[in-house]
Amino acid sequence: MVEIFGIPSAALFGQLLIGLINGSFYALLSLGLAVIFGMLNIINFAHGAQYMLGAVAAYLLLQSTGLGYWPALIIAPIVVGAAGILIERFFLQWLYKLDHLYGLLLTFGLALILEGVARHHFGSAGLPYTLPDSLRGGRNLGFMFLPNYRLWVIVASLTVCLGTWFVIERTKFGSYLRAATENPTLVRAFGINVPRMITLTYGFGVALAAFAGVMAAPIYNVSPNMGSELIIVVFAVVVIGGMGSILGAIVTGFGLGVIEGLTKVFFPEASNTVIFVIMALVLLVRPAGLFGRRA
Amino acid sequence: MERVLDPLTRKPSVWRERSETIAFLVMVAALVVAPFVTYPLFLMQAMCFALFACAFNLLIGYVGLLSFGHALYFGWASYLAAYSAKAWGFPPELAILTGTATAAVCGLVAGALAIRRQGIYFAMITLALAQMMYFFAVQAKFTGGEDGIQSVPRGYLFGVINLHNELALYVVVLVIFLAGFLFIYRIIHSPFGEVLKAIRENETRAISLGYKTERYKLTAFVLSATLAGVAGSTKALVVQIASLTDVNWPMSGEVVLMSLVGGLGTIFGPVVGSFVILIMQYKLAFLGEWVLVIQGVIFVACVLLFRRGLIGELARWLRIKL
Repeated sequence: MVEIFGIPSAALFGQLLIGLINGSFYALLSLGLAVIFGMLNIINFAHGAQYMLGAVAAYLLLQSTGLGYWPALIIAPIVVGAAGILIERFFLQWLYKLDHLYGLLLTFGLALILEGVARHHFGSAGLPYTLPDSLRGGRNLGFMFLPNYRLWVIVASLTVCLGTWFVIERTKFGSYLRAATENPTLVRAFGINVPRMITLTYGFGVALAAFAGVMAAPIYNVSPNMGSELIIVVFAVVVIGGMGSILGAIVTGFGLGVIEGLTKVFFPEASNTVIFVIMALVLLVRPAGLFGRRA
Repeated sequence: MERVLDPLTRKPSVWRERSETIAFLVMVAALVVAPFVTYPLFLMQAMCFALFACAFNLLIGYVGLLSFGHALYFGWASYLAAYSAKAWGFPPELAILTGTATAAVCGLVAGALAIRRQGIYFAMITLALAQMMYFFAVQAKFTGGEDGIQSVPRGYLFGVINLHNELALYVVVLVIFLAGFLFIYRIIHSPFGEVLKAIRENETRAISLGYKTERYKLTAFVLSATLAGVAGSTKALVVQIASLTDVNWPMSGEVVLMSLVGGLGTIFGPVVGSFVILIMQYKLAFLGEWVLVIQGVIFVACVLLFRRGLIGELARWLRIKL
């Protein structure tokens, strides 16, 4: 067996792969947080709960209607995203003129509600979600075994992340969006319906979270607290990267996932905390975050 | 906003001027009578949480800093107080001091990091650091993992007062709570507190006036963490358990909720809020997971409908300061 730094290469690459998978979720979620924060000036604490809802929706679709993974990957984000649009219309739109903190508090309350309801219905234990047949199995790369599904998760999330980046940075719609982030009043004066754009942005951000949730369902079990554990790590990722840059969020997400994976190999006790430690170091060296601008 | 009264035409009534003193006396009277009416253990727990919420409110209400990780100071103080009392045989006063000192040190480190960013980032950093310390608590041997530190001895205060006597313990907790409460009141009404409020209203202007706002913010943070530590240590002796619940993020959320329900930036709000939330949790415990949902609904309702909280609305209605 080949060894690198005294670690069997299979274990090393295996953890690297897990790191990339976690990184895909960090990237997808921090991207959604950044997009929402850009338009709404709200930190969406319910993001983790909405990620969990995506996984739960996939599970329910399979149980009640027999619709499998592929339809769920489309339907769950649409349904959860639509719920997000209702949340924005009923609750969030009243908060834009207030201190940012109220947005955080309200979405925290929403997260508690969603998690509480899910726990009531499904209990705290995880529910297994079976993989689609088309993504079972894997390939042997010689130095490691690569399960097809994991490869798919990484490719899909990279595609979605880069697609989002492209839409926001390179299209006309994206330029409206960026302009509205900078100066909503002026953009409205040009006859663009900014409130509707805000609503759709929130819906899209929530749909991203749900998409991540469906992809996570076969890897981790579907459980009510899968979101709240993840969202705090994603907050640290967002603090490290800064929310000013879309590409920054993606790079930081994947990068930190890989670092976390490597920590699991070399210093397993610290794998839970390494991202928080990095956050502390970044705050010491570059308080504005790696890609952030000084406010 | 304080109402400006024309001194020539209207003299504020003595009752209005002394509203805080009167409210304080009412609170003390209620807490003295209460143990004869309801369970002292519940009241002592509630007072610990009330002090915890007051400490939290010192930051959000008077400096405008939302710490979403106050469980860190409460929980770690609780662990250290419990451990020093049980494993090292510390008397209660030293155990509380040990826990409080732990919270102060944690507050100094976490605060120094968190004040490097403003607003929403501040909340996320405090939450993330608290989660990091939660994982340390899960892994550390001395915390007892899932079991926590159980059957913590209450011991003899100053070697004389037997705290296993419930009434004696009640008096001690009451004194600690009132001392902490008055200390916070003193901070808020000191020149130092006025600077804190100036930072809350307009930090840039405070800086331009020559105040080193970062130093003020850090001091306030450490004070808040320390007082949360007093609350956590006392709680460890009262309920004789220190567990992971006290350091985990839902505890941080709970203290936010208590302050929000009572009224952010009011002196009595956090006290009322913590009693309301704890009573609700006890009365509705049979509902299981729905308690979480109800707490979420209260959060949403408070933010959308009454941001001033119970005491804030009452003070506004009566046009007094509370």
